[in-house]
Amino acid sequence: MTSPVHVVQLNDVSKRFVVRKDNSIKERIVNFGRGARYREDFWALRNIDIDISSGSTVGLIGPNGSGKSTLLKAIGGIIQPTSGSVQRRGRMAALLELGAGFHQDLTGRENVYLNASILGLSRKQTDVHFDDIVEFSGIENFIDTQVKFYSSGMYVRLAFAVAVHVDPDLLLVDEVLAVGDEAFQRKCLDKIRSFQDEGRTIVLVTHSLNQVTEFCNRAIVLARGSVVFDGDPVDAVSVLRSGFEATYEADATGHGRFKQPAGERGKIARVRVLDHAGAERREFSTGDDLFVEVDVEAATPLATWAVGLHIDNPLGQLVTGATSTSLDADFPRLEGNARVRFALPKANFGGGEYGVTVAMFGSENQEIARATDGAFFSIAPHTRSWGPLFTDVSVGLLPSK
Amino acid sequence: MAVTEMSPADRESSLAQAPWQDAGATGTLFRGTVASISDIWQRRELLGMLTRRELKSRYKDSTLGFLWSLARPLTQLLIYYVVVGQFLNAARGIDNFAVYIFSGLTIYTLFSEIIQTGTGAIIVNSGLVKKVYLPREIFPLATIGSALFNFFIQFVILVVAALIIGTLSFGPHLLYAVGALGVVLIYGTALALILSAVNVFLRDVQYIVEVVLLLLMWGSPIVYSLKAVSGFFPNWLLQIYIDNPVTLAVLGFQDAFWSPNGEGGSPPDLALRMLLIGLLGIVILFGAQRLFTRLSGNFAQEL
Repeated sequence: MTSPVHVVQLNDVSKRFVVRKDNSIKERIVNFGRGARYREDFWALRNIDIDISSGSTVGLIGPNGSGKSTLLKAIGGIIQPTSGSVQRRGRMAALLELGAGFHQDLTGRENVYLNASILGLSRKQTDVHFDDIVEFSGIENFIDTQVKFYSSGMYVRLAFAVAVHVDPDLLLVDEVLAVGDEAFQRKCLDKIRSFQDEGRTIVLVTHSLNQVTEFCNRAIVLARGSVVFDGDPVDAVSVLRSGFEATYEADATGHGRFKQPAGERGKIARVRVLDHAGAERREFSTGDDLFVEVDVEAATPLATWAVGLHIDNPLGQLVTGATSTSLDADFPRLEGNARVRFALPKANFGGGEYGVTVAMFGSENQEIARATDGAFFSIAPHTRSWGPLFTDVSVGLLPSK
Repeated sequence: MAVTEMSPADRESSLAQAPWQDAGATGTLFRGTVASISDIWQRRELLGMLTRRELKSRYKDSTLGFLWSLARPLTQLLIYYVVVGQFLNAARGIDNFAVYIFSGLTIYTLFSEIIQTGTGAIIVNSGLVKKVYLPREIFPLATIGSALFNFFIQFVILVVAALIIGTLSFGPHLLYAVGALGVVLIYGTALALILSAVNVFLRDVQYIVEVVLLLLMWGSPIVYSLKAVSGFFPNWLLQIYIDNPVTLAVLGFQDAFWSPNGEGGSPPDLALRMLLIGLLGIVILFGAQRLFTRLSGNFAQEL
């Protein structure tokens, strides 16, 4: 195959937001000349260079405020970059917000035509797709009702149905996949899969890391407006999970450099909770010896590695945690499998349910695998005291003076 | 194109030949304007839909619907006719005072409605501006479309009234109405573009506009005659007063539907003045479009 066909090119794109604190003429006149104090610059994007090739599915991930949505809007042409250029080709549809452009007072039918027109379909083309759209949305009975009477689920269904029938070459999706009930969500995801099979390009902003690894063949991690990682989704997710603050170095100009030895992979095969006899068990009593046994597999050789343990209560509160590093345990180079055992002698858990989460770290202390709630155990309740920590509480009346 | 199934390879090769486009509206001077106009032309169907949406939602759920759009101008007509014309005696010396007022009022209402609704057009549609890329000019233009619709209803009433009262006669002077409409549309569009864009950054603009529109209404000879003014102003000021595009349009409408021989005191070279002011307006419109494009890049983040 020849070199890939690009559909989007971003050259050195930066976006500065000016945060003004005065918005009326009065305030501006009063503050005239002291303008600098009432405005603040904020770089939402810094020096982004990205090419997106045709047929790829790209996930944009990063913490809140890292510039994902801004980048997507820049690609969509909704905001203009402060410097640099954004170019694209082919027909684009943006699903930045479902139902943008729906008018409350119009009926579903009128809104389908209006929204399709906003997304670039002519009336004739909409006529062709109209029945498909209504069928996909599954709200045939309400299509001639004003949309202000719709439930939010119906609203979203109709909006998504319109958007996926627009036949885009490039589809921009911003965190809208998590809508509707489960059946409809599956329908949406199936539709996106078929888009991929048809060679359409998809750029997706999401917080669901599972979606990234499941759908994307490329992922871009953003932090503070810069690209910190660009490549394989699995690596990208592990970069994001490890809290890339540690592995991300910003130099004086704010240009980021990524020093993660990407490509280290591992897997947590099994997590078990054992009693002192080495038998797997679920129910314990306060003061029992507990052992957590973890089977890890290194997909790539790991020069140094570590394992971490979290025990949480059902509310997600950390009850206790440790890592092999905090316990000063050094493990030798790992190729293949290994078994690690945490010992919690005479564990003073209070009565209740507990979840065991185990994570595996690579040579730069980045997280490479995690088993959230990989095992559970419960501690029999007490009649005398409660809470996650057991102490042998007693009470008595002091002699009065 | 939407119907045919494309294989991924086909899609790729067709994309490889597709030209690169700048995301969003950019470009310099003439090229940018041409690009914007062709962009809007491609979306003319949407423009029509947005106009219809505007109209439909305005009188939604009301039994009389569009008839309400007549309530205001007809009430205005009544007030001016009775209060200004009879009580204050302005009708003296102006025959068929009702037609006189209504011809001026009709064209002025168009202008003021374009400006008033146009100014808020971007903010009202902020949901769309923030989420979808469209040529943003569409929003002020759609309000012009709905204003034109209301104007048309009033216009029909004006023509019928002029016909009944007998002030309507056929002749070349009817072209003044076309000229007046042209001047109002050019200036209305230019101002709607500028004001809608500036209003995004300074919300005070919409309130200033309300006040200025009130001023403009009395700053053109709608309920009084031009003759009353001419004695009052020195000549140079009078010329400025007349060359105000709103005044020109009002005079044009009065000449067309009220009195063809310039009884209202409109200058004999009205046609030439309209032409020159119209040409100037086109230059301003061009500038307004450039300014609008310039500012539109920041709409999404300001809303």
